[in-house]
Formats: sequence, C-alpha cells, structure tokens
Amino acid sequence: MTRTTGMNGVEVGRTLDRLATEMIEQLGIPTDYSLVGIVTGGRPIAERLADRIEHSTGVRPATGTVDITLYRDDLYTGLEKPVLGETKLPFKVSGQDIVLVDDVLFTGRTVRAALDVINDYGRPRSVKLAVLVDRGHRELPITADFTGRLLMTEKTDKVEVRLSEDEAGDDQVLVIPGERGGQ
Amino acid sequence: MNRKDLLGLRGVPREDIVEILDTAMRFRNVSERRIKKVPTLRGRTVVTVFMENSTRTRLSFDLAAKRLSADTLGFSASSSATKKGETLMDTARNIDAMKPDAIIIRHSAAGSPHMLAKAFPWSVLNAGDGINEHPSQALLDMLTMRDHLGTLEGKTVAIVGDVYHSRVARSNIYGLTTMGARVLVAGPGTMCPPSMSELGVEVRHSIDDVIEEADVIMMLRIQRERLQPGMMSTINEYSHFYGLDLERVRRARPDVLVMHPGPINRGVEMTPEVADGANSVILEQVTNGVAVRMALLYLLLGGEAMGGDSDAE
Repeated sequence: MTRTTGMNGVEVGRTLDRLATEMIEQLGIPTDYSLVGIVTGGRPIAERLADRIEHSTGVRPATGTVDITLYRDDLYTGLEKPVLGETKLPFKVSGQDIVLVDDVLFTGRTVRAALDVINDYGRPRSVKLAVLVDRGHRELPITADFTGRLLMTEKTDKVEVRLSEDEAGDDQVLVIPGERGGQ
Repeated sequence: MNRKDLLGLRGVPREDIVEILDTAMRFRNVSERRIKKVPTLRGRTVVTVFMENSTRTRLSFDLAAKRLSADTLGFSASSSATKKGETLMDTARNIDAMKPDAIIIRHSAAGSPHMLAKAFPWSVLNAGDGINEHPSQALLDMLTMRDHLGTLEGKTVAIVGDVYHSRVARSNIYGLTTMGARVLVAGPGTMCPPSMSELGVEVRHSIDDVIEEADVIMMLRIQRERLQPGMMSTINEYSHFYGLDLERVRRARPDVLVMHPGPINRGVEMTPEVADGANSVILEQVTNGVAVRMALLYLLLGGEAMGGDSDAE
C-alpha cells in the first residue's frame, strides 16, 4: 500500500506558506481572528503561521495556546500524570473567530478536548482547524479546514513533527513504522 | 511523582515538592476563568472527614475537588456517628463501602491518616493530624514564599509561637529544610524546646532574635485547645513578648513577608495593623491553598483506565 514518507524542511516551509496564504484568502483581515496552538506541537506552528500572515499583510493575528491535559479522556491510565502546560488566551474569547492549530491530526480526540477548553473560557463566534499533517484514522467526526499535507499511515505508525527553534531549515516530519498487523 | 497518599512532608523528596508547586501554579489559572471548573476528576468521589474544627482547610479542599469536577461529601465530628461512639476504623470501613476515591482527613490523633492509608486502597490526604503534620498548609506556604522570593534555597524563614504543638510548623520545617531554606524558630521554652533543633532548625527564644534576619516571618496561632496549664502565664504577657506589632515589623527587612496559617487571634499573635499591612500575604496564602489542593488531588488520584486512545503525538 502507498505510504508517503515524511517531509523535509523545505517541504514544511512551503506547506506553511500555502496554509498562511489560504488563511489570508479565506479569513480576511488578520485582526478579526486569532490563532490558538494546541500545547505542545501546535504552538510553534501557530507562531509560524502568524509570522507568515504578518509578512504578507503587515498585520499579525493574535496568538494563544491551549493545554488539553485536564480535559483528556485518557488521563487515568494508572501512569504518572503528564506535566501541565499553559493555556493562555490573551484576548476576549466570547465573540472571537478562532483558528485552532495543531501539528498532527489523528484520532481527533485532542481537538475535541481543545474545543472544550476554549468553551470554558468563553463562547467564540466560530472555531476553525488548521493542521500541518492529517494522518487519518479519525475516531470522532472532526475534520480540518486548513490541511497542510495528507499522510497515508497505518494506525500503529508514529508521526513525529520536529521543528527547529529558529526555522533554520532542519524541520522534519517523520513517519516511524509501527507493528504491522496481518500483512 | 507516583504516590497514593500525602501523609506528611517528612521524607518527601525535593523533586516531588517542586512538581506539586509547579502544578499548583498552573491550577491558579482555573480559578480566574469564566468557568472555574475542569472535567479532570469527573465521576470521582472525594470524602472530607473532619474530626476537628476547620473552616479554611475544609472549604479549600472542598472547592479544589469541585473545581476538578469531583463529587464531594463532607463529614464532621459534630454531625456524625462518632458522637455515638463509633471508632475511626469503623467509620472508615463504612465510607470504604461507599467506594470513594480519596479521603481528606483531619483528626486530633497523630498518625490516624497513616493508619487509614495502610488499610484502604483509596488516596489519603492528611489535613492535619494532632500535632504531627499539615502538609497541604506547608505546601501553600511554600508556594506563597516562592512567588515572592523566586526560590526557597538559602532564604531564612522564622517561625514564631507555639512551634512544638504546631503541625503547620512541623510540615513547614520538613518541607523548607528539604528545599534548602534556613529555618529559625522562636517561642517560649515550653512551646519551643531546644530539642526542636533535631529537626534541622535553629532555636531562639525571643522574637527579637529572629526578626532582622528573616525573609519570611510566619506567626503561629496560639492554640488554646492544646494549651496545658503552666505553658504560659497570660495571653497578654505572651503577646507582649512574642506578638508581632508594627514596631517589630519596622525592624525587619522592608520586604519581609508576614504569614499566618489562620485563624488569627488578632491582638495576640499579631496586631490588626500587621495582619492587614503591606507586608502581609495572609490572603494570598488562602488563594494558593485552593491551587495547591487541586494539584494534590490531580497528582495523587490514580485509578484504572477509563478507556480511549491518546493522540498525543
């Protein structure tokens, strides 16, 4: 079966360029919406998209973060508790148009949890979803409005997004094959 | 951190204290939102068993559990079958039969939380056992100090009053010394015996000997319920020699933190001007109490899988 491999730094950069362009096209003036990265993977992507939007339009959308730890549906698995990240929404959530940003869209459970977090801060006018990679295998009725790249993966594979701090070009998306069942 | 109970701070390693304080900082945010509640402990049951009086600690634990969406039920000596002669163990067996996930207990007998923790599978949080420990209070005190001082390492904390009979003092001494702070204690000889130095603190006998060095002055409540005849002559005399008034605060560092675990005997341990003054962080202690107790419930309550995959990658 076809399985695309990951992405290299140049591809990640071009994909982010395209996502930013699509957002400018469809969402209008950047002051009208905010980008909210899901901790931890979505945060740098939201910042990079904001950089690009600012570069093209001269206006930077507000950015924030949501940490979903307290809203996870798999928190009590007998393991040690995950470290809590920071939810920071430095704008009025009620009435706001929000674009949630994550690195990888997989089962959709993270996005479900992130929507619950946002709702406890206020009632946004709308929430859209932007992801760098959609790897399939959804378990909830959730889909992205802005998708960077579709990756064909097996459910057991791991998809890892590694972003450099300063966008120096060594970004990559890796598909690490997992156990193969009955092939 | 992987533990079922929090019975005291004696022997709790530094990493665990840091993890609790860091987690508590995140939880402060929940109390400032529109909806002051997260679904983390949905479907969990937390029972508060208070066999001694309490306002603050009980409300604080109750609120912490509710802000994490746990169901809470309370139980106090005056309203319970204890008055009819039921033993603590029998009370606990009955609570156990109702399938709780955690019990928060305050009891006049030191060691009672330890007994329950050994006998039952649920988490036990010590909310004060006799004169032994009151760990959540010490943690909220340390969080308040860390907020203002940046670190506890190398800081000087003076604890003044009836140190010997104070579980708040004992937990603070264990926690603060683990974190690398220097602890001075001062009080009348009957309440602050020289043997306290075995806990790694410096024993002084006058408040005037600790005031100038301290980054933090923690005043303890005179616990009239634990006073025995002969421990002090009169409240007035105690207040004269060990009370914190503006004149004494003026001799301290200008940014000294004045703390008190509450409830305050105004005019005994400290004058109202000090309790409500610029150096007082007493109400911050209360706010931090809720966050620390949320962190404890979050970190301690374990349990079996509730199902569902993670898509954390």
